[in-house]
Amino acid sequence: MEISIAPLNLLAIAPQIVVSVTALVVLLVGLFLPEEHRGRIAWPSLAGVLIAAGLLYYLWDRNDLTLSAMLRTDGYSLFLNLIILIAAALAILFSVDYAGRVRLPRTEYYSLLLLSTTGMMLMTAAVNLITLFLALEMLSIALYVLVGLNRAEQRSGEAAIKYLVLGAFSSGFLLYGMALVYGQVGSMALDDVRVHLLSTGSQSPVLLWLGLGLMLIGFGFKVALVPFHMWTPDVYQGAPTSVTAFMSAGTKVAGFAALGRVTLVAFSGLQNVWIWVLAVLAALTMTIGNLAALRQTNLKRMLAYSSIAHAGYVLVGLTAANRTGLDAVFFYLFIYAFMNTGAFAVLIAAHRLGSSPVAGENLDDLAGLAEHRPWLAAAMALLMFSLTGVPPLAGFLGKLYLFSAAVEAGLIWLAILGVLNSVVSAYYYLRVVVTMYMRDKKGAEVVPAPLCPALQLGIAVAAIATVFWGLWPASILNLVTITTRSFFGG
Amino acid sequence: MLNYVWLIPLLPLLGVLVNVALGRWLSRRIVAFLACLAVVASFLVALLVFFEMLGLPTETEAGGNGRERIIPIFSWIVAGNFQVEARILLDQLSILMALVVTGVSAIIHVYSAEYMKEEAYYARYFIWLNLFVFMMLVLVLGDSFLTMYVGWEGVGLCSYLLIGYWFEKESAAQAGKKAFIVNRVGDFGFALGIMLIFATLGSLSFEDVFPAAKSLLPGTATAIALLLFLGATGKSAQIPLYVWLPDAMEGPTPVSALIHAATMVTAGVYMVARCHAIFEASPLASSVVAWIGAITALYAATIALVQKDLKRVLAYSTISQLGLMFTGVGVGAYAAGMFHLTTHAFFKALLFLCAGSVMHALAGELDIFKMGGLRHKMPYTFATFLVGVFAISGIPFFAGFFSKEEILFSEFVYGNPVLWLLGEITAGLTAFYAFRLLFVVFYGKSRIAKKLEAHIHESPSLMLAPMILLAILAFIGGYIGLPPVWGLGNAIDRFLHPVFADVPLAQEATGRATLEWFIMAASLLAAGLGFLAAYWLYVRKWGMAERMSESAPGLYRLVYDKYRIDELYNTVIVKPLQSLGTALSSTVEKRGIDGAVHGLAWLTDRAGEGVRRLQTGLVRNYALLMFVGIVLLVAYLIIRRVVGF
Repeated sequence: MEISIAPLNLLAIAPQIVVSVTALVVLLVGLFLPEEHRGRIAWPSLAGVLIAAGLLYYLWDRNDLTLSAMLRTDGYSLFLNLIILIAAALAILFSVDYAGRVRLPRTEYYSLLLLSTTGMMLMTAAVNLITLFLALEMLSIALYVLVGLNRAEQRSGEAAIKYLVLGAFSSGFLLYGMALVYGQVGSMALDDVRVHLLSTGSQSPVLLWLGLGLMLIGFGFKVALVPFHMWTPDVYQGAPTSVTAFMSAGTKVAGFAALGRVTLVAFSGLQNVWIWVLAVLAALTMTIGNLAALRQTNLKRMLAYSSIAHAGYVLVGLTAANRTGLDAVFFYLFIYAFMNTGAFAVLIAAHRLGSSPVAGENLDDLAGLAEHRPWLAAAMALLMFSLTGVPPLAGFLGKLYLFSAAVEAGLIWLAILGVLNSVVSAYYYLRVVVTMYMRDKKGAEVVPAPLCPALQLGIAVAAIATVFWGLWPASILNLVTITTRSFFGG
Repeated sequence: MLNYVWLIPLLPLLGVLVNVALGRWLSRRIVAFLACLAVVASFLVALLVFFEMLGLPTETEAGGNGRERIIPIFSWIVAGNFQVEARILLDQLSILMALVVTGVSAIIHVYSAEYMKEEAYYARYFIWLNLFVFMMLVLVLGDSFLTMYVGWEGVGLCSYLLIGYWFEKESAAQAGKKAFIVNRVGDFGFALGIMLIFATLGSLSFEDVFPAAKSLLPGTATAIALLLFLGATGKSAQIPLYVWLPDAMEGPTPVSALIHAATMVTAGVYMVARCHAIFEASPLASSVVAWIGAITALYAATIALVQKDLKRVLAYSTISQLGLMFTGVGVGAYAAGMFHLTTHAFFKALLFLCAGSVMHALAGELDIFKMGGLRHKMPYTFATFLVGVFAISGIPFFAGFFSKEEILFSEFVYGNPVLWLLGEITAGLTAFYAFRLLFVVFYGKSRIAKKLEAHIHESPSLMLAPMILLAILAFIGGYIGLPPVWGLGNAIDRFLHPVFADVPLAQEATGRATLEWFIMAASLLAAGLGFLAAYWLYVRKWGMAERMSESAPGLYRLVYDKYRIDELYNTVIVKPLQSLGTALSSTVEKRGIDGAVHGLAWLTDRAGEGVRRLQTGLVRNYALLMFVGIVLLVAYLIIRRVVGF
């Protein structure tokens, strides 16, 4: 009898290993640092993220199955991991000053941030239901704690509990769906599910359909699709702002990575079924997200609804289920990471400029920002314009790309609804710009606080990215097309 | 020089960048100088390009347009099958627009330097103004719908910011918002039109789309054309989306002159002319354009008759004149529409600058019945205003006469007599309200408040010079398009002809000369009647107009209140939408799925206030909604699988 053990290709998952090891090192180092110096933990954390990003570059052309075919390191996972690492790096830059100021326990904070990042990075590579689920839980559990880490704030704890309970609820459905799929196919590997479906097609048993549906719900919860979005405003508002910035971008990337692999690979045989489910979810998500954002005066809440709406836009690209669609999804997730984390970072800066614990969260807090903080206001204006989709910024290009993919796939109604939604969304994004440029600060004194250089750097990078990739998107788009070509096996 | 055409948009952009970077440290004089310099230089480049273009043959050997060039700037998006190049389309139409835009902008920039001298956000004003010029040039010079859309959104943004320039004033902020929202409706149509083009023809660049337009199914062509025109009604203030323009007068007067009279609002006309291949493919859409234009022209002119606010009269007049241009392009007389666009840019900008000069002298007074007798105190303003009034009223030998004549003639020949008749009535009304302004503001006794009387002064020369320049243009601008019957040839028609060569106009209508003389006589009659009525009511029998309005108070109020369309929109559209928004944000948002009002109340607004218990009930509500979603999804899947559709 021969026992064959697949060679353990650890190099293929080196980026994930580096990030998780950094998390542990950070945790250990934190123990020996006195409280007042723990802010410095940000730098080794950032270094870990950057090294991992460098490894992505090194691994770029690979297409390796590793760990007994549990994970796949291919262009798909490498590109999405790049986005996740960008989000993590930006979040770390934003935390340098903020985490200390709101008295988060920094050792745990950075460590959990990195662990959550690891979970996300594993999720993009997961090609087996087991790893998919484990990665999802890894990123989620770290996030539950991160959301509730601000112990001085009641709402932080409340948000964590809500996220945990609802997250567990959705995980239950996800797991049940996976069990049904396993029951029918007899394998956990996404490729086996695909092969199975190729032979049966739409005549496949109903339990497999149900499995698909329940899994869509589980991932839909993570990326906040309506009607599985109800937690988002509360959690985004309650969580420390830097955590919100991170999770709003990172979780979405990981969630869409899983959705992409499950729909486009495993369930490609049922494409005509899930397209309609996703199309309806996308329509609902865009519309409800934007309408609910219209009346918000709390900026964190507004951005939460806005992120729901953006999940809807991205889903339009996935619904198109063609190469243009996946290109568009990748490009959009990439620029969205900059736009959205950047917008939250401006709130962090505004928090620094105010005095109350919720400073920078209300629209009024930004009044007159253009007068005393012209660069900050200009950056925020760019980010808002880009989120609106004003040409020639990156957000415009991203939306154009997404909606033209939908048109290409014959989903014209969905594209029209998307355009209509971006029209509506302009109202609340531009209201921020108007508040900054066209209203004076009433009553409240202007705090001449210096902003942390790391925060300034992060905001500048985010704002410049929206301009740069709006005007010269070719560099990223080429990368994206190469990635998707290998994904679709072209 | 043709290869340097990219300098035309680049120079204003440089103006923006320099003033953004350094504006805070530079003196006002230098800020204004740099901004003016950028636009003047841009105009000079445009002029050089224009002259070089005149030296080119009009036809290529293959019979195409010999003066058309496509100049690549950079590759914007190159990814797989999705490619967009940022390129400039240089032809007779785009250079004409570029000349008008940069020329009028340069003049108004200079005027602004003086007019806005006392304002707090001086640098910001010039940054936005330069940015506007840049965006407008992107709009007119772009070679694809995508670049046009970039400019289209960009000018809208600048317009919106500049209307709300005096943001401390509630009405200005509101007006900015209104302009923004109304234009969004139009832009939505425009964006859909562009998407439909992409969906059917697979490209957005003009050189691919227009030749293919003939092959479109009639229904598709109509849908595309009407969607594009919906965009035009927003930007160019036509029925039903005209309501923002009168309110836009809250912005500084030079802005009204530049953006809301001479350039941006004409973008819709330019767009229809540029896309004539699509509109030609759909006779239905073209006649919709013509009729909407004619009706808007007449409708807005009647409102202008009774308004008392100097700038609002001019605003309604702009709407009316834009309507006339649309009638022109709607009946297929694209060159005539572009010609009127050009002359209108001159005389309407002039009228606005004169209005600014009057406001300057009267400390911002806008009610024409609190003016009067200004012709002696402000002789230059009076003289230039007089030229503007002659031009807009269609007095022979002034610019408006020629361009209006050409449109009216086209309406008769290529449209139908009813359109023409509406046009003639509009012309008569136009003469009336223009002369009414002239007589009420500059003639008669002074009705100016005593304390302002001493303050009256002629404007400084930096404001007068631009006005005089525009007055000259408003006088001679029409000679580029003499009526054919005069036998000297129509220069602008000839110049633009290659662009519109594919438009099958019946060039030689029978009995053309007689008809032309007849229509000219009719317009003269209309203008004469308008003039006489205004003279009678506001010079000879002062006070009679008031008595007339009292004799028919209902009708007068209705017209004075602009037919209460704003109120109608408010009741029918704005209020229900607001209620929906409130319902969504209060019911769905605050109350969650059931009535757990208190649970979220603090989360929405009063975060951080007091100590509250963790509300587990809320989570249950969220879970309930999720569950509803899950049940629906699962039910759908099961039903679909079992029923098998």
